[in-house]
Amino acid sequence: MNWFQDWALTLAIFLPAIGMVIILFIPRAKENAIKLVALLTSLVTLAVGIGILADFDYSNTGVMQFRVNDSWIDLIQARYHLGVDGISLPMLILSMVVTVLCIVYSWNHFPEPHNPKGLLALILLLEVGMNGTFLAEDLILFFVFFEIVLLPMFFMIGVWGGPNREYASIKFFLFTLFGSALMLLGFLALFFLAGTFQIPSLTAKAGIDIAHNTQNLIFLGLFLGFAIKVPMFPFHTWLPDAHTEAPTVGSVLLAAVLLKLGAYGFIRIALPTLPHAAETWAPWIGLLAVVGIIYGALCCLAQTDMKRLIAFSSVSHMGFVMLGIATLTAFGINAAIFGMVAHGLITGMLFFVAGSVQHNYGTRELSRLGGLLTSAPKMGWIFGFCVMASLGLPGLAGFWGEFPAVLSAYQPAPGLDVTTFRIFMVVAAIGTVLAAGYLLWMYQRVAFGTPKPEFAEAHIHDVSKIEWLAWSPMLIGIVVFGIYPQAIFGITNGAVMKLYGG
Amino acid sequence: MMNFAWLIPAIPVVSFALILFFGKKMPRQGSEIGIAAIASSFVLSCIVAVQWIQRVDETVSEHGLGIVRAIGKGLLANPEQGVAITPVINTVEWFRIGTLEVAVGTQIDGLAVMMLFVVTLISLLVHIYSTSYMHGDVRYTYFYAALSLFTASMLTLVVAPNTLQLLLGWELVGLCSFMLIGHWWEEKENTNAALKAFLTTRTGDIGLMIGVIVTFFAAGQTFDIVQINVLALEGHGGHTIWMVGASCLLVGIIGKSGQFPLHTWLPDAMAGPTPVSALIHAATMVVAGVYLGARMYGVFWQGFSIEDGGVNPMALVGGITILIGAALAFVQDDIKKVLAYSTISQLGYMVMALGIGAWVGAVFHLFTHAFFKALLFLGAGSIAHSGSHHSFDMKKDMGGLRKHMPVTFWTFMVGSFALAGIFPLAGFWSKDEILATAGQGGYEIFMVVGLVGAFLTAAYMTRCVWLSFFGEYRGHADPHESPKPIIIPLIVLAVFSVLAGLANASAFGIEKFKEYIEPHGEAFPEVLTPQFDVALAALSFAIVVIAIGIGGFFWVDRRELRALKGLTDRSGAAKAGHSFLMNKYYLDHLYERGIVAGIKGPIARAAYWLNQNVIDGVVNAAGRGSAALGRLTYRFVDQDVVDKAVNSIAQETGNVGGLLRYVQSGRVQRYALMLFGAVGVLALSLVIFS
Amino acid sequence: MVAQFLVLAAVLFCIGVYGVLARRNGVLVLMSVELMLNAVNINLITFSAYLRETSGQVFALFVITIAAAEVGVGLAIVLLIYRNISSPDLDQLDQMSG
Repeated sequence: MNWFQDWALTLAIFLPAIGMVIILFIPRAKENAIKLVALLTSLVTLAVGIGILADFDYSNTGVMQFRVNDSWIDLIQARYHLGVDGISLPMLILSMVVTVLCIVYSWNHFPEPHNPKGLLALILLLEVGMNGTFLAEDLILFFVFFEIVLLPMFFMIGVWGGPNREYASIKFFLFTLFGSALMLLGFLALFFLAGTFQIPSLTAKAGIDIAHNTQNLIFLGLFLGFAIKVPMFPFHTWLPDAHTEAPTVGSVLLAAVLLKLGAYGFIRIALPTLPHAAETWAPWIGLLAVVGIIYGALCCLAQTDMKRLIAFSSVSHMGFVMLGIATLTAFGINAAIFGMVAHGLITGMLFFVAGSVQHNYGTRELSRLGGLLTSAPKMGWIFGFCVMASLGLPGLAGFWGEFPAVLSAYQPAPGLDVTTFRIFMVVAAIGTVLAAGYLLWMYQRVAFGTPKPEFAEAHIHDVSKIEWLAWSPMLIGIVVFGIYPQAIFGITNGAVMKLYGG
Repeated sequence: MMNFAWLIPAIPVVSFALILFFGKKMPRQGSEIGIAAIASSFVLSCIVAVQWIQRVDETVSEHGLGIVRAIGKGLLANPEQGVAITPVINTVEWFRIGTLEVAVGTQIDGLAVMMLFVVTLISLLVHIYSTSYMHGDVRYTYFYAALSLFTASMLTLVVAPNTLQLLLGWELVGLCSFMLIGHWWEEKENTNAALKAFLTTRTGDIGLMIGVIVTFFAAGQTFDIVQINVLALEGHGGHTIWMVGASCLLVGIIGKSGQFPLHTWLPDAMAGPTPVSALIHAATMVVAGVYLGARMYGVFWQGFSIEDGGVNPMALVGGITILIGAALAFVQDDIKKVLAYSTISQLGYMVMALGIGAWVGAVFHLFTHAFFKALLFLGAGSIAHSGSHHSFDMKKDMGGLRKHMPVTFWTFMVGSFALAGIFPLAGFWSKDEILATAGQGGYEIFMVVGLVGAFLTAAYMTRCVWLSFFGEYRGHADPHESPKPIIIPLIVLAVFSVLAGLANASAFGIEKFKEYIEPHGEAFPEVLTPQFDVALAALSFAIVVIAIGIGGFFWVDRRELRALKGLTDRSGAAKAGHSFLMNKYYLDHLYERGIVAGIKGPIARAAYWLNQNVIDGVVNAAGRGSAALGRLTYRFVDQDVVDKAVNSIAQETGNVGGLLRYVQSGRVQRYALMLFGAVGVLALSLVIFS
Repeated sequence: MVAQFLVLAAVLFCIGVYGVLARRNGVLVLMSVELMLNAVNINLITFSAYLRETSGQVFALFVITIAAAEVGVGLAIVLLIYRNISSPDLDQLDQMSG
């Protein structure tokens, strides 16, 4: 298995690219061949992921494994440096699984203007970027993959999106690009002051030879880049538009994986390389996080569109993730990673259901929907299940991202103001009630009652085989991680303790 | 067997999954799976109970009662204090964050054993009852699945050795009550009630969540309940933190156990099927709050300084709830609502009892109340099923049922007498225990509150029984006795309602609760054991009899009392009082006003929210208000400020580009001119500067 | 001697510049460009002779070759323009206006 140790990560990143190239050579008319190639590629990539899972040394999750470190651009000392540890492993697997499920779901759900060739090629390209971001151990490499992600998503929204797609796609692209520009400045500053782009050596130095004020400035740049991607209040406005307009699989990928890139950047890069600046900024991150929790929830209450509501709920949920990160404690960061995986699965599922609802009813207006439990009982049940998971019911995955994050805010890392964070804790706890409010309110309007007259005669398809295939892994994941959180904490804890245990 | 206690909650979980996936294919649509599962859980619970009693007996006979000290895990065991009857704790590692290990498992002690017995027994009876009551329901299978999950969640909560598992069970119980209250979700009213129940209890859960967090840190980062109690009683880390913790946990209890001011969801929860109401009110859901109070008693003891007497928040909340709940029960026409308000009032007794140090009284009352309240609810269901054609309106559709439904009548009478506290039925003993402790522990005010409550209880139950069973039949159905699956649970419960009180009949020197249920040791405070007070017992008994008498006189159509009958029509004050109660102290009424006003203007809504969230705190107030606030923020801040800022940056970039486009004329010669011009300028500058 | 050649070249260049900027006919503009190129050629050869340095002549030959190619392409473009708008007038071409 030695070659696997050396090649696994490279394969994990570039196999989808190969698949994409093959798809480009298949004529557009041969749709089945295209679908098959896309599915096979993503499955093989997932198989590589499972291989990594199997071969991963769980007793040393804090150590970078499957490491690749080759020269790349010598001129600027950027290296092709990859590695996977307990923090990136869950995210990598999440990204791979969600890609497969999105391709499966796409099987007979292609949004207008159809064109499976383009959509599937873009999904595979997206996977290259996502997997690469989670594995990169070099700032420039990280940046490249981080940016690769933008392009396919831009086209997905811009081509397959809703009526307002151009506005949404351009907003998404420009907003995130603006963030990454500042992030790149931060990276360059780190390079010139610390002399390397390698994340491990930067982490080891922990910014000791950089003046405190400079650190703060660099952190601000990184913060903006990552915070826009998360997105944190008040940088979130691209998100509802992008989600509302994006096709279903686009929304799912966006919610399940893309939002995690930002938070991952905080955990992997911003906090460990600049710990002192992180301490200075942590109360502000915490503040924005809890404002986001409440603000997102309030905005949810004002929505009339199902998908836009779920989009705003992402702002609220990512607030919990960021609150966990802001505490700078092992507890909080573990919770944040768990929260990311859980949010990926749950909100991904919610978007899938919202997509199928729109597919069936042709609308997402809450005022026109109703009686989903009558017309499509299975879908109604699944929807209810996801709603319950999303509002943080213990026993399902959402709880383990939420409760420990709130808990960790009671006692943040030494050096942070305890009173401030305890206020955050109380506010965040209130957010859980608001979450229950808007989610149940949505559920009541969509699923309970009887179908509205205009849909009384309509034939509503219940969950199809393809949908079962695409959804059941996520549903199972939500239950399994909810009942046995150790499945994720066991992987992340070692790595988190290594970075934040001291 | 006690090491296998995890099977008790596990069996219903499995049954839930089985019913959900295979129930429809079974000959009796899944109900047989549910009944079999709960029955086996019940048998296991009985075995565990017997073993616990043996364990206590053995330890006592070996060492003598006086020196037995029970503490958890022996972790702070002091050999000089004697041996411990430790709770049997079995755990496996659940997960690990940082250096913290969290376990999941079972903790079996007297309290848990008692709860296991009550929950499984009542759940079993409700299961059997439902085979007939829910027969032919659209979602019969689903109903049984939810019942199984409901029981499983409650059992998980009961055996929880740590606060995290307790929280898990707690929230799952909330979920199941949501599912079951909204069982007939086609009607908006039912789903509203389900939402209200979930959101209100969830509001209380903020308190529970923060309480769990505070106690976690106060006890040096542990969720372990025994350890938290031990450290709380030591006052580890100062009194203040425990006071904060206790207050937060109390908020959780208020939400879950329907205490003032978060009680308004409970009557609405009657929208669910009647067996569910019985389960919610007797054995699961609402008693979870009281159970939490009993389970983490060390925290409350320390946090509220219960030993010192006087007034503390817990006793106060309980006391207020007794009175407001009982008063509201008078004006209800819906028999289930009478019982619901009665539950609120009785839960008030339990919370008050905890607040005044009557731990045994509270737990004992929980025990007896479970039987007679389940009996009353199931009796009401029996009436609706066979007597009043699915109506619960006592004035319109009942009356005179005594002749048509003798078994239901007699069992209902037993339940009512037990609830009212007639000697020697169950309610008498547990109520007396609470009152005696209040009188002897420095909480005389609350003893008076308890006596007033007893008076009201007896009076409203008289009214209820009179309206349903006496007089002329006013309904339009063909009343007859209910079938066996309904009758048998009623009889079983009636037997328990008569006998359960004898478990701790202090007048006869029987103190089984004190002996087997109450923990002794460092995890539990030295609570007062009241002496049986004949005078007090006689007083409360007399009050009850007088109340029944007055109620009887008032409701039985007697000529000399006719003067009183139309009082509400003639006297302004009486009318005002009546409508004050009819409108539930205007709490719900204010919502309706708020909604209308809210539609008229968002500002009114926001103001309403600010005004009302303190008083009622019910989430449909908070929720609707914040919806308005949310709409404001969304429209004016998000769209107008934050988003506009982004858009205007893009706009400005566009404008600059617009200026530059004039340069781009598209004419070759103009470009050439610019080129030469630029070359000329450069050449000139070269000449000048060199 | 050198001065006269340079003056000649400058005059030729200016005529070329005038032609490029002022004439509307595409063919004449191209011819003016030729004039400018040849002015440069004269300069190159003049300095080459003056400095006794052959690379100037090499460059001149190079420019002549390029100019030939350029005229070829240029005339082809003018021809296409003429076919499209039936006139060699450059003022009518502003489709690239921003």
